[in-house]
Amino acid sequence: MVSRVSGDVVTDVLRPAGALDGWAGRFAALPDSVTLLAEPFHAMVDVRTADPAALERLVGAPLPGPNAWSGGERVTAIWLGPDEWLLTSPFLSPAELEGAARETGAAALPDARLAVVDVSAQRTTVRLRGAHARDVLETGCAIDLLPRSFGAGSAAVTLLGQSGVVLLGLGPSDYRILVRSSFAAYLAEWLLDAASEWR
Amino acid sequence: MQLIHCPWCGPREEVEFHYGGQAGVAYPADPAVLSDEEWARYVFVRDNPKGRFEERWSHSAGCRRWFTAVRDTVTYRFER
Ligand SMILES: [Zn+2]
Repeated sequence: MVSRVSGDVVTDVLRPAGALDGWAGRFAALPDSVTLLAEPFHAMVDVRTADPAALERLVGAPLPGPNAWSGGERVTAIWLGPDEWLLTSPFLSPAELEGAARETGAAALPDARLAVVDVSAQRTTVRLRGAHARDVLETGCAIDLLPRSFGAGSAAVTLLGQSGVVLLGLGPSDYRILVRSSFAAYLAEWLLDAASEWR
Repeated sequence: MQLIHCPWCGPREEVEFHYGGQAGVAYPADPAVLSDEEWARYVFVRDNPKGRFEERWSHSAGCRRWFTAVRDTVTYRFER
């Protein structure tokens, strides 16, 4: 990011550009019952391993099984497949997260075989909250989103509208949506359109 | 819409899946000795039963894993 101060060019700390930078105004026009927020940059690292226990210390919890996520604010692990997880962190840089996965994995289980790849540029993150958040998702997602089957800790790699997404349940009426950057504008338009019913 | 049971993710809508044709078509042990006709049979010719059919499916919009399922080609019903 470059900012101009009285004619001089001053280079600030570089901040990754988000695919939904510039959408805040349209998101802000939504009612409180459906709020959308383009979340700050999350580092994301794809891990493939047969030894998920090697990463428990980094995540702070056992790595999740199918259709679930685990971990905390610092590092989250999302199940993508039987030997594949997505680690995300809003606090670590992509290089730090990738390095931490390699180092803690090797320290915990020296024989563990891990494939660790930085995929931070692949997806961007949207937060959907409010009393009608689930109603909005249900207009374009076939997953059973009733709280009894999709609550806090649930995750699904699925379709929302015509776009592939990773959908995380954070709490009642609180969801995080990971969408590929090139689909982000489409999904934002889709969500705004779906939310218009509850305006 | 029809639900297909992914062995990892559970029941998902059929649009999340990609069809992979007949299951259990073995790669020739020694492809170099096949005649053109035998190679063409391996590449193109598949069973087309009326009824029970073992098929490859990929959960392409979900876990992206391949699995084998048995489907009835008359009713479209999947065996579990
Ligand atoms: Zn699946």
